Amino acid sequence: MIEVKHISKKFGSSVVLENISVTFQKGITNLIIGQSGSGKTVLLKSIVGLHQVDEGEIWFDDRLYNTLSFNAKKEIRKEMGMLFQGAALFDSSTVEQNVKFPLDMFTTMTMKEKLNRVNFCLSRVNIQNANNLFPSELSGGMKKRVAIARAIALNPKYLFCDEPNSGLDPQTSILIDKLISDITKEYNITTIVNTHDMNSVIEIGEKVVFIHEGKKLWEGNNTEIMNTSCVELNDFVFATSLAKKIKEK
Amino acid sequence: MKFLIAAGNYFILMAKVFAKPEKFNIYYKQFLREIENVGINSFGIVVIISLFVGAVITIQTNYNLENPLLPRYLVGVTVRDSLLLEFSSTMVALILAGKVGSSIASEIGTMRVSEQIDALEIMGVNSASFLILPKIVAAMFFFPILSLLSMFVGIFGGYILCLFTDVISPSDYIYGIQYVFYPHYISYAVTKTVFYAFIIVTMSAFQGYFVQGGSLEVGRASTKGVVYSSIMVLLANLILTKLILS
Repeated sequence: MIEVKHISKKFGSSVVLENISVTFQKGITNLIIGQSGSGKTVLLKSIVGLHQVDEGEIWFDDRLYNTLSFNAKKEIRKEMGMLFQGAALFDSSTVEQNVKFPLDMFTTMTMKEKLNRVNFCLSRVNIQNANNLFPSELSGGMKKRVAIARAIALNPKYLFCDEPNSGLDPQTSILIDKLISDITKEYNITTIVNTHDMNSVIEIGEKVVFIHEGKKLWEGNNTEIMNTSCVELNDFVFATSLAKKIKEK
Repeated sequence: MKFLIAAGNYFILMAKVFAKPEKFNIYYKQFLREIENVGINSFGIVVIISLFVGAVITIQTNYNLENPLLPRYLVGVTVRDSLLLEFSSTMVALILAGKVGSSIASEIGTMRVSEQIDALEIMGVNSASFLILPKIVAAMFFFPILSLLSMFVGIFGGYILCLFTDVISPSDYIYGIQYVFYPHYISYAVTKTVFYAFIIVTMSAFQGYFVQGGSLEVGRASTKGVVYSSIMVLLANLILTKLILS
């Protein structure tokens, strides 16, 4: 479980996050939604520690994370996996080397054990016969799946996904969403997904947090979101004319 | 003020770079990879430039020593001392700042803007140390070798010129390069090169590590890396020369 308590973040004089408190439960897919520029990426990066918050507390289970030293944070980070918007695979390494990297860095496994683990993780995300390919030779969806394989290589307790569907077609997006949701349940981990894709909200949004102009305006689930009275959320969810027509019916 | 912030960030980065490595064997593999990237891949350019510069210094020195009272072997002496004292250390370092420095800044900068550095941090890896320390060690180990190579090739370039032209006789040239030789010049040049290696890698890596934006900013960081490291190399040259040769 991850708890965020009253966090605020400014860049210069611009307030990006304002007094946000939310709890992300274990074993379910937690979604942060909001328009582009609403502050959801900053929130996610603040939770993982890539941005330092100005105020508030971030708890990973019973550990207060944001005030820890660099070395103490590193220990908690070893329990995290993250899927970045652009996948962030290491360009000059093959798929196999990318997934093997955290194992090389933090385990004392033999080479055979590492390769078994790499192949298991790749098969888990439905990637076959791609061990020796470089990221530049992969499609967008494959890159995301390899990044998920790398993120789960060390059996993380926390999984973070920043816009996992950006640049993907709707069918591949659903596959990636389903994969994230399945992995969350299978390993009973705390997963936080940043998205503005309404398909994702409907498919996997067991808990949804809506961020608007740096503030948390609403939280609920994918059923409750359809009947919300929050004006800003309604504007976001039913932004397209098709969605408006569906709601009217 | 901007300079002080940049200087502060540079020293904070260096503190991260010289933290205890997570796993020595991974860093050793990185070190071997960097030996190839920053060292072996620079062999060609150092050999070609040194060969031609050695030959050109021979011609220019001969041109300026037309007085018949001056012995011809002085051409060899001048070529040797020019190469040992300045060209093979400082000039080669400036060439390497252009080649290696820009490559380091753009490599690390691209990793920053494509979130690969963030990915390392999230895994619990000290990205600064993992990416920069092997480059520093490889450069400090290999740049002196390139400098020594440049000395030999430069002197050889002058000799080749003597063999195929009538600038001076090869025997005068050989006599000149052996005349009143101070081995201390070599240790002076190697010492300078070790400092230059540190400056070039850290200044360029610093520019790449803190880049923000996209490909345009990566290009700018690469240019800044070359410019700042070249200026720092020249400043270090002045200080080290004063300290060592005074």
